[in-house]
Amino acid sequence: MTIPLFFHLAAARRRLAVLLSGLQAVALLWVAMASCGSALEVDLSYIRQEVARPPVLSNLDPVPEDEGQAGARLGHADNVTTGRFLSQTYRLSVFDMDEDGHITPSEADAALKTPGELVLMDAPMDTLLAFADAPENAHKLIINVSAPDTALRDSACRANLLHVAPSYAMRADALTQFLVMRRWDDLVMIEGRRPADKAFADAIRSSMAKFRLKISATKEWVSDADLRRTAATELPVFTQSFRKHDVLIVADETDDFARYLPYNTWLPRPIAGSEGLVPTTWSPAVESWGAAQLQSRFKEAAGRDMRPVDYSAWAAIRAIGEAVTRTNAADAATIRSFMLSDQFELAGFKGRKLSFRAWNGQMRQVIHLVQPRAVVANAPLPGFLHQVTELDTLGLDEPESDCKAFVTQ
Amino acid sequence: MRHWIRAQNVRRAALAGACILATGVATAGEMWISNEKDHTVSVIDTQTLEVKATYNVGLRPRGITFAKDYSVLYICASDDDTVEVLDPDTGVVLRRLPSGEDPEQFALHPDNTHLYIANEEDALATVLDVQSGEAIAEIDVGIEPEGMAVSPDGTIAVVTSETTNMVHWIDTKEQHIFHNTLVAQRPRHAEFSDKGDRLWVSSEIGGTIAVIDTATQEVLHEMRVQIPGISDDLVQPVGIRLSSDGTKAFVALGPSNHVAVIDQQTFEVLDFVLVGRRVWHLEFSEDDKQIYSTNGVSGDVTVIDVETLKPIKTIKVGRFPWGAAFRPG
Repeated sequence: MTIPLFFHLAAARRRLAVLLSGLQAVALLWVAMASCGSALEVDLSYIRQEVARPPVLSNLDPVPEDEGQAGARLGHADNVTTGRFLSQTYRLSVFDMDEDGHITPSEADAALKTPGELVLMDAPMDTLLAFADAPENAHKLIINVSAPDTALRDSACRANLLHVAPSYAMRADALTQFLVMRRWDDLVMIEGRRPADKAFADAIRSSMAKFRLKISATKEWVSDADLRRTAATELPVFTQSFRKHDVLIVADETDDFARYLPYNTWLPRPIAGSEGLVPTTWSPAVESWGAAQLQSRFKEAAGRDMRPVDYSAWAAIRAIGEAVTRTNAADAATIRSFMLSDQFELAGFKGRKLSFRAWNGQMRQVIHLVQPRAVVANAPLPGFLHQVTELDTLGLDEPESDCKAFVTQ
Repeated sequence: MRHWIRAQNVRRAALAGACILATGVATAGEMWISNEKDHTVSVIDTQTLEVKATYNVGLRPRGITFAKDYSVLYICASDDDTVEVLDPDTGVVLRRLPSGEDPEQFALHPDNTHLYIANEEDALATVLDVQSGEAIAEIDVGIEPEGMAVSPDGTIAVVTSETTNMVHWIDTKEQHIFHNTLVAQRPRHAEFSDKGDRLWVSSEIGGTIAVIDTATQEVLHEMRVQIPGISDDLVQPVGIRLSSDGTKAFVALGPSNHVAVIDQQTFEVLDFVLVGRRVWHLEFSEDDKQIYSTNGVSGDVTVIDVETLKPIKTIKVGRFPWGAAFRPG
């Protein structure tokens, strides 16, 4: 707990003591819009790139085909209801992108034949960057709903690309805060060999270094055995060489082997990371703060539980909807600048308002630490302070980030 | 015969008046509390400040309110999709009224007959005739309607929708929306001033309280409350009660575990009162002398002295106390 960055107590806030700030200007703007009768059409596009998923050991929990899209559709329905009272109509067009980057409407009767100015993207980092850098997309507002790569919020950031999906760094910091709070500071790690595993493991290592926790040993999971049959013999042996530790961290972001670790380790130790105690932006276990309502609305509409990418897509669509509601505009420039302003806030069923970091376009959000049947804790955890908002204790903070694209904005 | 009855009634009323005059203090009132996660209501004696009864009710009771003559208590049994009518003298549920799905909060019209109900999951407001037990209107509102209030003169009902972030103004004659006012994120509660000229609305996630002019439906003032040492985004306004003398407003601030006391006229914060964890709703007892807060996470109720603004007592009730309604003795 000796990270000076996080412990600049908000001196200004203290001095403010009891303060009431009139926000009449904003209020007047709202009222003006509420009584404004001119119709506004808002076109949103959702692009999803089909990506070949690596094989995983278990056939349980397949990734649903409408992952992300189902969340977008629910957010769209919420926007439509709100728009009804303000003479604002919303259209959502879904596009498929092939591996070469060709985009086609997924339905013949899509409202748009090519993506409009307001775009949500569910695609890997390279695709996002190629799309954002294409000259014809320079004026678009693109929102990343799935790619967790920290680089996108760092040196590879783009001014026209915002991120609703949390980064690996945000999730790693959430987990580390929990371990610090519990004083479980002696750790070992198993990481998979896929790029996503490495990226999450790197984020965890950075976070642990920041909070001065120790990973005393790391092992790479290389076995190609079918753990569905051999977990009970393979895993105790594999974990036998770890010396005394508090928690075993596992980085297995493609959901391949980690599910077999609990109860099969040499020492009886809790597991965290991609399995066991998982830092995530959403889970069926989240029920406080009105989340139960969102969960049940989603389940009714999609016929399944809401997954993290669904939540990010829902929040992205609602964020745009909120900006439209408050500005009565539907162009990318106005929406983007409102979303990045201090005036933007969104209720996201997480107990704290969602907003965007103006310096790299990342949505601030609570990261839930969950086990399959309950929420264990919500990060930021009490005691992790920040001079702007405690939510900025999660992920790259402004002084740490090499993102320069937003500087002049 | 008719004369005789009238005489009896007059005599009874005179006797009742005499009793009050003689003792100076009315017999003990009761604060009724709904316990969301226990499916019960607790009854607190407002003189002894003890729980004197606990009654089983429908699933997930949230909003509760008394009939204008206190003869029955209406309870939103959210997970039973019904409004229960309970006899407060016996604790027996007399009837179950069709409320529409997931009723959360409601408000009783001054005519003592029409109950305006927010159906949280259906984006609807249902108008229920409590005499006939029939829904007389369903009004489409925004996503997740919650706060409900009827103006003192009965001409307007308002409902707040938590995800649409609006106050919907309903004409109670025509049962249709005549205006929408945008407010900050997640508006949870609406409360008319005693005169009905102003509407106070709390926005839980926006962290603000809007005071709206009833005549124009325009926001007159919006305020953000800050508590020293508590993160701004944990100051989440929920329940509101306005003292009938027009001086003080009490606002429950959710997970900041405080109730703000605000001057109704100048909007200046007068004080903060520390209560239990995640404070939801508030209700005055006799003559606005005390105000009770329901503290959801700590499962208790805090009694605050309205004059000194000091907490007097914390009373353990059931799990997740939510609503509060007062019945005079």
